[in-house]
Amino acid sequence: MTETIARAIDRSHMQVSDEVAIQIVQMNKWYGTFHVLRDINMTVNRGERIVICGPSGSGKSTLIRCINRLEEHQAGQIVVDGTELTSDLKNIDKVRSEVGMVFQHFNLFPHLTILENCTLAPIWVRKTPKKEAEEIAMHYLRKVKIPEQANKYPGQLSGGQQQRVAIARSLCMKPRIMLFDEPTSALDPEMIKEVLDTMIELAEEGMTMLCVTHEMGFAQAVANRVIFMDQGQIVEQNEPREFFNNPKSERTKLFLSQILGH
Amino acid sequence: MSDTHAQTVPFVRDTMLPQANPPTTEAGAVRWMRENLLSGPLNVILTLLAIAAIYWVVQGMLPWLLASVWNAGSIAECRQIIADAGRESGACWAVIRERWPQFLFGFYPNHLYWRPVTALLLLFVALAPVLFSKAPRQLLWFSAIYPGLAFWLLWGGSVFVPVVALLGLALGWAAFHFGQRISPLAGVVAAILLPVLWWLFLAGPVAEDLGNLLPRSMPWWMEEVRSDKFGGFVLALTIGVSGIALSLPLGIVLALGRQSDMFLIKSLSVCFIEFIRGVPLITLLFTASLLLNYFLPPGTTFDIILRVIIMVTLFAAAYIAEVIRGGLAALPRGQYEAADALGLDYFRAQRLIILPQALKISIPGIVSTFIGMFKDTTLVVFVGLLDPLKGITDAVRASPDWKGIYWEPYIFVGAIFFIFNFSMSRYSMYLERKLKTDHR
Ligand SMILES: Nc1ncnc2c1ncn2[C@@H]1O[C@H](COP(=O)(O)OP(=O)(O)OP(=O)(O)O)[C@@H](O)[C@H]1O
Ligand SMILES: [Mg+2]
Repeated sequence: MTETIARAIDRSHMQVSDEVAIQIVQMNKWYGTFHVLRDINMTVNRGERIVICGPSGSGKSTLIRCINRLEEHQAGQIVVDGTELTSDLKNIDKVRSEVGMVFQHFNLFPHLTILENCTLAPIWVRKTPKKEAEEIAMHYLRKVKIPEQANKYPGQLSGGQQQRVAIARSLCMKPRIMLFDEPTSALDPEMIKEVLDTMIELAEEGMTMLCVTHEMGFAQAVANRVIFMDQGQIVEQNEPREFFNNPKSERTKLFLSQILGH
Repeated sequence: MSDTHAQTVPFVRDTMLPQANPPTTEAGAVRWMRENLLSGPLNVILTLLAIAAIYWVVQGMLPWLLASVWNAGSIAECRQIIADAGRESGACWAVIRERWPQFLFGFYPNHLYWRPVTALLLLFVALAPVLFSKAPRQLLWFSAIYPGLAFWLLWGGSVFVPVVALLGLALGWAAFHFGQRISPLAGVVAAILLPVLWWLFLAGPVAEDLGNLLPRSMPWWMEEVRSDKFGGFVLALTIGVSGIALSLPLGIVLALGRQSDMFLIKSLSVCFIEFIRGVPLITLLFTASLLLNYFLPPGTTFDIILRVIIMVTLFAAAYIAEVIRGGLAALPRGQYEAADALGLDYFRAQRLIILPQALKISIPGIVSTFIGMFKDTTLVVFVGLLDPLKGITDAVRASPDWKGIYWEPYIFVGAIFFIFNFSMSRYSMYLERKLKTDHR
């Protein structure tokens, strides 16, 4: 299980502060009549690395997509960096420009080069001058170890490379929070490692991260909290060692036995 | 082989084989014929049938074409020459030789032919920066003023009519720019409202006053040509090019409107598209020629060509909207989500992410619509305009000299249409190749 993470983790910058980054209070969401998220309460402090897991259809994606309002919640409160998410477009834009998101299927823009993918939002949303945006983009592309691909198109890159570009693209907006929705589950095993490495580096720098993943090795190595969801509810949350070695609820035990069993 | 096999297990190649030529049956014409014409009995039969069909067409056409007559004053003379040469029938291209100006210019005054020709040549200059990314970007300024310039060249009159009309567009642009500072919606509303008000109430008097201030001579005034003098390809191109240039942006707006979450905008777009698509173009053209008069304030004279351009534009825009909607639907939802997640607002997401991709997918459909529309410009004959195909051909045949000529004008006009449409088709293929970045 842990073989994808083969190196020691530098924890010197991984500090959880008292400052609240995300606060979710009594949040409920429906798709039509289907009650997909029920009474979600959750506080994320700055610097936390949270892994969310749970069976398919339990609402993990929906939950993190509510945090940058890709999905709308119908009851309760979500406050991100002090800004409450309401139908006010100004607030939504503000939150989105401070929260980065990485998707399962990368969602790079196929008609733009890697560099253009990375500079688009800084130029048009942050109004960064083009030259400066390109420097920032190259900085992050170096960080995810693919600066030499800058002038290629997404279609010319491997899945792992594309996902690293997607991470770099989000980082170019200098987000304070990063959301990951199963970033490795569309990748072949040898590419999973390169993406996880990038994510670990990010964690080592103290980024606040919410990550939906089934990579339990990553959770054990990096997360400071694991949240288990089932049927639209948070069933259990704990620090990783306790969560894996000593799960409290029957559902958690069943889930863990299924994914760690083989 | 068998004894090598026994000892092959550790094998290292020490000399590399040089590249060899394929056997002759695998290269050149022989191979091409075998693969493309004669692979299997069905293919052999189809090849033979195709050859027979080609032969049949050629043997029907060739004698007629070979007996072409280029120099004759009338169809009677033409027939005489063919008969003298001992041929049964022949093509009488003399009609084209004598009447080509009419096919191209209609009844546009002879001494002013340079004006539509200049407009056409400048059209290529104006199109260059739009169509080819290698052309200098500064030319875009010329493209921006070209519509006004072309209007002035074609219709003449006071230079202030197009200038004032273009000012309306500039006004719209400025309104959008400043309105955006208040809110994106305010920008759009102002950009639509201000120019319309300008055109409706101020543009006319302003142009007239300016025109009266200045002498009726060259830099300010050119001889007027009324719309009923237009005909032939000058007419077809005027309507076709304007229709193409106007229907694309309108089609994009309609397609986005149809996808909108806002109920009113969506319903309006749907109604408009479905109504326009559900009605024959001729109906719209009749509406243009008759009905619009009832809606317009009494006393306004509204040029018939302008009316036809509006109707043709609306018609093409409805089709283009549907073509683009197909392109929009083909985009994965992830593209919208990624744009949203990066904080791009609706207009930027559309302009930078969604439309470039959707339009790229829609290129073949859009160009088909354009080609169809350009050919449909011949339908203006039904509202009394002299289209090249029927309008001018009938006019030519009405003269006693050429009464009874049939095929030659149609072939000539068809060939010119073909040249324009084939160029459009080739350009669209070039564009598709150039924009292909997905490397599938
Ligand atoms: N747009 C939608 N409309 C209606 N129902 C939806 C929609 N999106 C998701 N659902 C339903 O909501 C539930 C939660 O979906 P969600 O994608 O959040 O699950 P998940 O935990 O991310 O699952 P997975 O591990 O398979 O990604 C599922 O039952 C799903 O069928
Ligand atoms: Mg999911």
